[in-house]
Amino acid sequence: MTPRKLPMRNILRHPGRTASLTVLVAFLALSLFSGSVIVMSLMSGLRSLENRLGADLIVVPATSRGKIDPEKIYLQGTTGYYYMSASKLDEVRAMEGVVQASGQVFLASLRADCCSMPIQVIGFDPATDFTIRPWIGERMKTDLGKMEVAAGSRVNAGVNETIRIYGQPCLVAARLDESGTGLDTAVYCTMETMAELLSAAREMNHELKIDGDPAGVVSAIYVKTHPGEADRLAGEIRQTRSPKVTVIQTRTVTSDVERSLGGVSHTIAVLIICVWLLDLVLLTAAFLLLGGERRREFAVLRSLGMSRRDLAYLALKEAALISFFGGMNGIFLGLLILLPFSGLIEQALGLPYLRPGWPTMLALCAASLAAVCAAGPGAALLSARKLSRADIGTIMREGT
Amino acid sequence: MSLLDIRNVSKIYGELKALDNVSIRVDQGEWVAIMGPSGSGKSTMMNIIGCMDKPTKGQVFLDGIDIAKESSRRLTDIRRDKIGLIFQQFHMVNYLTAVENVMVSQYYHSMPDEAEALEALERVGVRERARHLPSQLSGGEQQRVCVARALINHPELILADEPTGNLDETNENIVLDLFRQLHREGTTLIVVTHDPEVAEAAQRTIVLEHGRLVREVVNEHFVE
Repeated sequence: MTPRKLPMRNILRHPGRTASLTVLVAFLALSLFSGSVIVMSLMSGLRSLENRLGADLIVVPATSRGKIDPEKIYLQGTTGYYYMSASKLDEVRAMEGVVQASGQVFLASLRADCCSMPIQVIGFDPATDFTIRPWIGERMKTDLGKMEVAAGSRVNAGVNETIRIYGQPCLVAARLDESGTGLDTAVYCTMETMAELLSAAREMNHELKIDGDPAGVVSAIYVKTHPGEADRLAGEIRQTRSPKVTVIQTRTVTSDVERSLGGVSHTIAVLIICVWLLDLVLLTAAFLLLGGERRREFAVLRSLGMSRRDLAYLALKEAALISFFGGMNGIFLGLLILLPFSGLIEQALGLPYLRPGWPTMLALCAASLAAVCAAGPGAALLSARKLSRADIGTIMREGT
Repeated sequence: MSLLDIRNVSKIYGELKALDNVSIRVDQGEWVAIMGPSGSGKSTMMNIIGCMDKPTKGQVFLDGIDIAKESSRRLTDIRRDKIGLIFQQFHMVNYLTAVENVMVSQYYHSMPDEAEALEALERVGVRERARHLPSQLSGGEQQRVCVARALINHPELILADEPTGNLDETNENIVLDLFRQLHREGTTLIVVTHDPEVAEAAQRTIVLEHGRLVREVVNEHFVE
């Protein structure tokens, strides 16, 4: 039996006290860790959204706004479809100030026997596309073939599996990296495949509202403009008729998201600070109260020859052990909540949410643990400092 | 030869003179009781002798060292090396067993030796309770463990503050018998008490009132 063993002995022989302090520290670690992960995920989501949108303007038929908000497809993965004549693409492409323009065709599969799952299907033209191909290129060296699809990270289908869309078997040729946006819930195919799927949908009496050849329609036109030309071009495109179109400026989408993100991040940051302050006050109060309760014990040890330094060591080691254990528990609980429920968090926030990679997650774990391991012993040190200066004789006679 | 030589010691708290120009000598191997009513200054005296406080004025020589001039760190060393403290409240570390409580004292003095700690518990009659926590011991047993803890490092001075104040008569007699045994072995004992029976067990009684030494009584019926 040596005083080096005292901290652990005290911790083990006071399970109630140890458990209360551990819970307090765990809560501190949980709030800090999960708050930081959520804020970082939202920021990564925004960056990812900017990368994935990739265009300055998105042109959609004006009627689409009434049926379904196109922004929701990008942000929340809501399925939807709307069409306009592909001639609009040629019209836009010919405009001055347009660097690149590429069409995409949307189709929503059904929750029915003909389809493996209800998902958004997005067809693109590999020859002109500049938003989806680079993304697929991160996972696949060759282009998608006929009746092949690339699946978003949240589509429940693995590579080489076959999914059915309107009765048509489609081979999953690649799974895309997570973007943290609604685009993760879609599958991507070439225009050739999309034409087959549209025909199949029409044959199954699915109401698409396409007049004529399905190969002659687009749902959205992605436009890259010369720098500074986006506003002018957006205005010019809005003036065009047959059909009337809506022009989404991606800068507006990302700015809106950024604004919402700023609000959410600010709220989370304020909450983290409040929880931390409250927890720090509670932790300091708990260690001070504990110190008060242990005045006699410390006075006995001091009377036996324990130095002030040894007393500080005892208090610090105990607090460090509890903080480490509580911190680990809090972070583990944070991981248990954040990892499986990131989809729910994204839905609840309605914002792009991309969890940081494991190196960043591990760094956040370490930083949160370091912070609580500094806070607990810091609070204990205050208590030890106060106790080391107390009058031993008076305490010993108090009988408290 | 005197182990403790207190010369003209005063302790002043603001307007209050807790001790007022007190001088006491205690020889090596002597057993002295300090008596007095509440507020007489006996606790202040105990604190100063026990190296837990310093006088405002005067000199206190313990084994030739003027402890009034020493730093607080040095006082901790002197207390650890030369003094065994016993208090009215038993003051055991509540999460350590009886034998571990004794061994903690050994650690701060030299190094823990469980066999020696068990011997000390044997000597005070609680060997069979060595593995029990304080909450599992009676008041008398706890006080005997505290006596064992005070003895374990063979201190030159045993300083006891109301050591029998919380004990029944049987346990009081056990503790006093232990003190007699220690005295016979040559240990110097200073016992602060308000109990005349405990004071009568000592060789000499010093009476304090209002911080002053008012009389010294040699116990003519002292039984070795």
